[in-house]
Amino acid sequence: MRSHRARFLSVGITMAATATMLAACSSGSSGGSSNSSSTKSPILIGASISTSGDFSADGQAFLRGYQLWVHDVNASGGLLGRQVKLDWLPDNSTPNQVNANYTKLISVDHVDLTFGPFSSALTGPAETVIARNGYAFIEGAGGSPAVFSSPGNIADHNLFDVSLPIEDTLAPIAKYLAALPAGQRPKTAAYPMADDIFGYPPVQVAQGIMSKAGIKTVYSHIFPEEPADYAPAADNVAATHADVVVLGSTDVPTVAAFMKAFEQQHYVPKYFAAAAGPDQGTDFTSAVGVGNANGMMVPNGWYPSSSNPASQKMVAEYVAKYGGDASGVNADIAEAYSVGQVAAQAIVATKGTDNAKVIQYLHSGVTLSSVQGPVTFDSLGRNGDLTAYMFQWQNGQFVQVLPVGAPGTVKLLAPKPAWTNG
Amino acid sequence: MGTELTRAVFNGVLGGGVYALMAVGLTLIFGVLDIINIAQGVMVILGAYLSYALSVHLHIDLFAGLLVTVPAMFVIGVAIQWAFIRPLRGSDRTSMSLLASYAVAIIIEGVLYLLFGANFVTLNASYVTHSVYLLGFYLPDIEIYGFVMAVVLVAAIYALLYRTRFGKSIRATMQDRTAAMLVGIDVNRVSALTYGIGVAVTAAGGMVFGASGIPFNPNSGYDLISRLLALIILAGLGSIGGALAAAVFMLTVESVVDIWQPTWAVLVFYAALVIVLLVKPTGLFGRQAARAQ
Repeated sequence: MRSHRARFLSVGITMAATATMLAACSSGSSGGSSNSSSTKSPILIGASISTSGDFSADGQAFLRGYQLWVHDVNASGGLLGRQVKLDWLPDNSTPNQVNANYTKLISVDHVDLTFGPFSSALTGPAETVIARNGYAFIEGAGGSPAVFSSPGNIADHNLFDVSLPIEDTLAPIAKYLAALPAGQRPKTAAYPMADDIFGYPPVQVAQGIMSKAGIKTVYSHIFPEEPADYAPAADNVAATHADVVVLGSTDVPTVAAFMKAFEQQHYVPKYFAAAAGPDQGTDFTSAVGVGNANGMMVPNGWYPSSSNPASQKMVAEYVAKYGGDASGVNADIAEAYSVGQVAAQAIVATKGTDNAKVIQYLHSGVTLSSVQGPVTFDSLGRNGDLTAYMFQWQNGQFVQVLPVGAPGTVKLLAPKPAWTNG
Repeated sequence: MGTELTRAVFNGVLGGGVYALMAVGLTLIFGVLDIINIAQGVMVILGAYLSYALSVHLHIDLFAGLLVTVPAMFVIGVAIQWAFIRPLRGSDRTSMSLLASYAVAIIIEGVLYLLFGANFVTLNASYVTHSVYLLGFYLPDIEIYGFVMAVVLVAAIYALLYRTRFGKSIRATMQDRTAAMLVGIDVNRVSALTYGIGVAVTAAGGMVFGASGIPFNPNSGYDLISRLLALIILAGLGSIGGALAAAVFMLTVESVVDIWQPTWAVLVFYAALVIVLLVKPTGLFGRQAARAQ
């Protein structure tokens, strides 16, 4: 009897776990039915979203960006008289699941267009599946050189990244430091880089520029993206007492771990730039403290207080829909929203969702608009129109500090103020 | 170079204390129940979130908050054991525990997402960023406290196992469940309490992990589990003191390698595990020793 009960319970637990996993893998959809009086079938947009896993924070923000765009489009009557519906599947931040998701979206759900997932690490693998199916792949967070040079994109030229390519994003701070008068120029620099295709390309470019200017490299290592490895790497950087730290971070935890380790080691670099993390608005400041954020720099092509009218409208709508204030609208939202804007312009221009026509149109050299600014794609789908800006946290404000003389640029805060104990 | 090595050893020892706090519960649960608790990493994060909630909403100090979070985690552990682990019986019990505990992990993760969202948070207190200057090095207060707490907790669990009547019943259950039942030990009660203790200890590990400098979100537990499993295998499954020794050993090896080539640190971590197991398949301290009278 007991054996029978045990077997029953084992099966029950198996089923419960399976059901739980299936529930976690269930898809979501938004748009389509709202405000629709049209009898035409909706335009179906497919996307894989990281609502859990390593990229869950960014992935959920990305989803909100897509949903906000769908909401706005449908509220204004849809595209070509058709409502837009987002068909998204969760991927748990894993490349295998991303591939499975796009295969299902294309082969089973028969979506009209595909939008990208969050991160270069997931966009690259997805590109293979999407290119094989002849779809255009419009994305906003896969700017690594490895993504553009993936075999699928080299063969089919179907990838379009509406955001700034990451390779040159840290060049403004490197050029700025290199151009300082000899007496003011930093003497030493450290380049810790996360082992991620997003993390090291921009740092290596910055290192090349600064080395040529005579700024001595005292640390240049790639470290594993494992929490246990952040502190030892950070402590080794702190021990060099480098004037400049250019960190190849991929997210808030990486840069926050380095900042805390530096604080514990009583080390304050004069200049501290990170590839990603400080651009995440209140997600960043709540993790590191507003005081400690002071002086932290990050490259970006967009910021919440941008004077772009479309951006201001999006920020206002986001705050109205999700609450908070403008400072809580991070770059992920704008990147995702821009993907939708570019796709919408292509659909309208080509009068439909024929992917071959969309690809041809996006490669025609046409300049499109987005909340991040103008978009023009080169032969590999890189957006060459966006300018790399450096932003810096200054007394709780996220302000543009480079390039010097550009509209909206304010004076760079240097040296970085001391840590303020959280 | 000598300075760098010394600093790496300090890092390894103190970081090892943090990992020992997270791993002790895992090895205790396996030692007594033969349950591989895949949910351990998520439980660490649950402990961190409980400390976070008390700290942010009730302004309770992180260490004082353990007076609440440890009992709370004990209750959660007993409930999980009753609902998910106790029904597992038969020869495939251990392998089924993988599935059951994975389900527990997904459920806890889902609840944490609902309650706290996906944004990263961190635990803050004055001693989280403060450090003391000792022998030419800055040593973070939180890691010193964490190491001391790891030693105290390991000693307390050791005393519980080897100096109390309840510990004798735990060890009897570890050695032979059937024989333990035959001599009148309530194995179900012992199992539930042991699982509860294992999860309760994890509350301390979660608090120190959350305060050690790395922001966390509900998903962060999955980054921990493979490393925690490696540590308790190296220690010898079920060995409480071994968990602390293995954590210190592995983190020190990793920190030393990190000086020269950080990308090799993880490889060396697992290579060291393989080498030790080739020489001593039962781990550094061995399961038999852990179960000895």
